[in-house]
Amino acid sequence: MLNRRNFLTAAVGVAATAGLAACAKEDGSSSNTSSGGSKTITLGFSQVGSESGWRTANTDSVKSAAKEAGYKLQFSDAQQKQENQISAIRSFIAQKVDVIAFSPVVVTGWDAVLKEAQSAKIPVVLTDRSVESDESLFVALVGSDFTDEGRRAAKILEKVLQKAGHKGKVKIAQLEGTTGAAPAIERAKGFKEVMDAEHKDDWEIVVSQTGDFTRAGGKQVMAAFLQSNPDIDVLFAHNDDMGLGAIQAIEAAGKKPGKDILIVTVDGVKDGFIAMSEGKINAIVECNPLLGPQLMEVVKTVHEGGKVERWIKTKESDFMQDQAKDALPTRKY
Amino acid sequence: MSTPAVTTPSRWRALTRHHLFWPVAVLIALLLVNVPFTPDFFAIRMADGHLYGSLVSIVLFGSPLILVAVGMTLVIATGGIDLSVGAVVAITGALTCSYISDQADQNALAGVFLAMGIGLVAAVVCGLWNGFLVARMGIQPIIATLIIMVAGRGVAQLITDGQIITINSEPYKLIGGGYWLTLPFSIFVVAAVVAVTVALTRRTALGLLVESVGGNAEASRLVGIRSRRIKIMVYMFCALCAGIAGLMISSNTSAADGNNAGLWIELDAILAVVIGGTSLLGGRFSIGGTVIGALVIQTLTTTIYTIGVPTQTNLVFKAAVVIVVCLLQSPKFRAKVFGAKGARTTAPAEPATPADAAPKMEVSR
Repeated sequence: MLNRRNFLTAAVGVAATAGLAACAKEDGSSSNTSSGGSKTITLGFSQVGSESGWRTANTDSVKSAAKEAGYKLQFSDAQQKQENQISAIRSFIAQKVDVIAFSPVVVTGWDAVLKEAQSAKIPVVLTDRSVESDESLFVALVGSDFTDEGRRAAKILEKVLQKAGHKGKVKIAQLEGTTGAAPAIERAKGFKEVMDAEHKDDWEIVVSQTGDFTRAGGKQVMAAFLQSNPDIDVLFAHNDDMGLGAIQAIEAAGKKPGKDILIVTVDGVKDGFIAMSEGKINAIVECNPLLGPQLMEVVKTVHEGGKVERWIKTKESDFMQDQAKDALPTRKY
Repeated sequence: MSTPAVTTPSRWRALTRHHLFWPVAVLIALLLVNVPFTPDFFAIRMADGHLYGSLVSIVLFGSPLILVAVGMTLVIATGGIDLSVGAVVAITGALTCSYISDQADQNALAGVFLAMGIGLVAAVVCGLWNGFLVARMGIQPIIATLIIMVAGRGVAQLITDGQIITINSEPYKLIGGGYWLTLPFSIFVVAAVVAVTVALTRRTALGLLVESVGGNAEASRLVGIRSRRIKIMVYMFCALCAGIAGLMISSNTSAADGNNAGLWIELDAILAVVIGGTSLLGGRFSIGGTVIGALVIQTLTTTIYTIGVPTQTNLVFKAAVVIVVCLLQSPKFRAKVFGAKGARTTAPAEPATPADAAPKMEVSR
């Protein structure tokens, strides 16, 4: 359990929190040759944190893909804080890595540090989440289309409602992700888009609050929702973990998750699929974290000066309850 | 604990002078704010074989904070502060859950008790380390405890392997998410801890010793109080409380989340202590006030969820309420705003800094 890699991860996390991330630890053996002189590509990667199983799978995918490609990876964990991430990126610039990749904690506030990277001529690739900055400041985004995930969630909710035989008004509770984070904003946006276009009269989001993408948050917020709006029909959670927490709150209120309250979540982590196979979640919109190999391809092309697409989308699918049992053994995260 | 010697005040005046008046008033006001948004806010009904209602969930979700804040109160009373409680929460939950998840039978009582024991011992060791740094090494408490605050979360992640450990243990679920005699079991744990703390600090000389160490550690040492030992003890007690809170938080969701469990709880706990009327300078404390303070914070959180404050303005709303509460707590502010007429008659009885309960030893500093 206590292997070396995890110890390093933890150590880096510690350094990042302390604001001491000026010297990001190397992931793997250190080499004395300066990165400019050696042929191997050095990739500086700043991860959001390890807030969920999804994120851990994402981190593992990036690490193993970098190893496979033979790149030197400078990994830094931002522990959900933008200032940690900015200082990690600055340290990557100072170390003159070849390519910087990061999953931004929030969407705004990146212009200054991205300009620094640009003037140091280090290409920046975003993974998983996008930023609101000038397009010229990063070369590509490898990640999911969160707005589309929101749309897909609304579409699959139609199916869920039809299957459950629900007629008439639909009162929806929404558990949002971390306030200001791209997946939270865009999943809500995509969902609302479909809702406004096709279900203006019958669907209504009666309550919506942030559960910070955590189980504890989801549970606590859902418990409050059930008090203020006991007649909720549907729960749309921006990730599985919040949905899992909410399931416990729904059960504590004496209701049946998946029956009395229909649940649609996004992500598709293993625990989510387990809950779905138990009938407690009605549908899951997948958000694939295994983007490591795709990222390494982009890093290679960018480093060699080639052109890449602005947005490389990850491959994803949607799952209904009846597919849960079959899909469960194949879930890697 | 009693109000300062005011000569023949009216009942109302005596009431508003009580050190718990403002915290309780704020708590009641916050609870009432919910009523227009949740008409049956105070209703409590049976659901699934236990009591269910907003008040029950406030106490249930607020229990860990109450525990952490009670421990924090004693540390603050000695003039210290403990920033590491959030990390201790994470470590305890991580250790306990990872031990339980390794068991063949997660429902076996012996295994669960042993797991909890391991978690709590780790918590107390963290407290011992904090106390050692503060009392023996003479490091500023805020720095000494920052070490575990920062490193501890890394340790918790190390234990959980960066994953969220999900467990399926019915006995363990009881502590933070289960019910006993139709009430959340955590209420009983909190009640027991608070009762023991109050008994130890107010029925024995221990409370006085803690306060005198907070008032002036050197002077208390000179009069024969083992102030270092007292300090180490309060840090250990604080960590133990945080450890129990860690058990509760991980048991509540049946999962250990090394990264998020107890995140920022140290700040909420300090806030609860302050709202409860304990001075950050040390030298006096109020356990009752702290419990009310923690309930105020939990009620505030629940209120934000139920009245539909837009998520982007959550923190602004919270900050505004906290500012109002802190202002109401300030005797100077009260005197300026509504004390114009009352302050005159009672001014001699109310010193500007009401450090009445503590022995006045600051002078020798």
